[in-house]
Amino acid sequence: MLPTSSVGRKLVMAATGQLMVLFIILHVLGNATIYFGLLNAYAAHLHALPPLVWSFRLGLIILFSFHIFYGIALTLENNAAKPQSYVMRNDLSATFAGRNMVWTGAVIGSFLIYHLLHFTVQVTNPALAAAKHMDTLGRPDVVRMVIKSFQDLGIASVYLLSMTALWLHLSHGIQSSFQTWGLNSEQSLPIIKRAGAFAAIVLFLAYIAVPVLIAMKIVR
Amino acid sequence: MNLTLYVWRQKGPKDAGRLVRYEAKDITPDMSFLEMLDVVNEGLVRNSDDPIAFDHDCREGICGMCALVINGIPQGPQKKTTICQLHMRHFKNGDTIYVEPLRARAFPVIRDLVVDRGSLDRIIQSGGYISTHTGGVPDGNAILVPKNDADKAMDAAECIGCGACVAACPNGSAMLFTAAKVTQLATLPQGRTEAARRVCVMTEEMLSQGFGNCGNHYECQAACPKGIKVQFIAKLNREFIKAKLT
Repeated sequence: MLPTSSVGRKLVMAATGQLMVLFIILHVLGNATIYFGLLNAYAAHLHALPPLVWSFRLGLIILFSFHIFYGIALTLENNAAKPQSYVMRNDLSATFAGRNMVWTGAVIGSFLIYHLLHFTVQVTNPALAAAKHMDTLGRPDVVRMVIKSFQDLGIASVYLLSMTALWLHLSHGIQSSFQTWGLNSEQSLPIIKRAGAFAAIVLFLAYIAVPVLIAMKIVR
Repeated sequence: MNLTLYVWRQKGPKDAGRLVRYEAKDITPDMSFLEMLDVVNEGLVRNSDDPIAFDHDCREGICGMCALVINGIPQGPQKKTTICQLHMRHFKNGDTIYVEPLRARAFPVIRDLVVDRGSLDRIIQSGGYISTHTGGVPDGNAILVPKNDADKAMDAAECIGCGACVAACPNGSAMLFTAAKVTQLATLPQGRTEAARRVCVMTEEMLSQGFGNCGNHYECQAACPKGIKVQFIAKLNREFIKAKLT
């Protein structure tokens, strides 16, 4: 049932990758509620429906698992197919981002675990945990947790570096996923390449906006 | 022109191999890269040293046998040009040039710059053909082929199977080579019948031969001496999806 072919496994990478891009777009829109003072309300609404939250989480876990499993499997196979590199290497079109997908992926994966422990399970900084501090309406005070966290420059830097890895990963991944689906012609390839790189930068900026604006004390 | 060469010398498949420095003296700009190597080899033979082994055949840019890697670029720095058609006027007096064999697990080194590219032939043997009745010569116009399709198939058929795409690919993948053949045959009515089976077995054989998977780096297209486009890989992917859905 699971694909074993070269193209089949790459299609799984492309499909799961594209669905995860949709998720991170959704996530960053959720982040934006902090600018309008709606983050606590958004978080409360989200958690008011546990079956929905958990089925969504289950879906994400499946996506991540497939993407990571095939990502590692394909990378090991590809490295084995090129056992010896050139003494004088000269890339004509391959990019740093493209060549290091597995490493930026590893950074994103590790970050994800930290991020969940930090904001979802809330165990890395128990003093800041939203579950322990209610706002005036009796909801968990997510805003306080986020702002106090990112006032710590160490935490803000971890997020900044991890989002840089996400940016690199997407700058190759988005255009690559379209090519894998065969959605490319001579005319569309340069456009898709540029659009993918542009989308990666937009998402990077949108994600780092929250920690950077808080660290700069613009959002408080 | 006088040049400094660092050439990969390897006695056989089991030898570890190493770069050896040679001075190429009195090279004229009109020589091809292979003729320059011939001159260096004549000097080596005069000194009773082993000449540098390299592949070559037509020396007309048609056969692809001469593919090797110059300064990290398979088929050399001149775009859409094979090594035999690369002339020394594209280098400067005093240049240092690194010459290495095509590198991939599927291309084991036989000696020095000569690699075994039989793995590409085995990909073709697996499905890069059409089945047809033999016999008398068929009427040239019995099967009509739209002009655009004929053009596309001919563009794909330009692949000379030199292996530069594999050598350029960070993953040692033969996807551009395979895609060119898949596209050429799937675009023509004669090849359409077996298109679904072909794309599956050829990509399967590619993995069995020890090639890697395409990472969409497009190094292959940049190195290809015949300008084969990565859009053919997109076409291969579409053919694969179509084969699995029908």
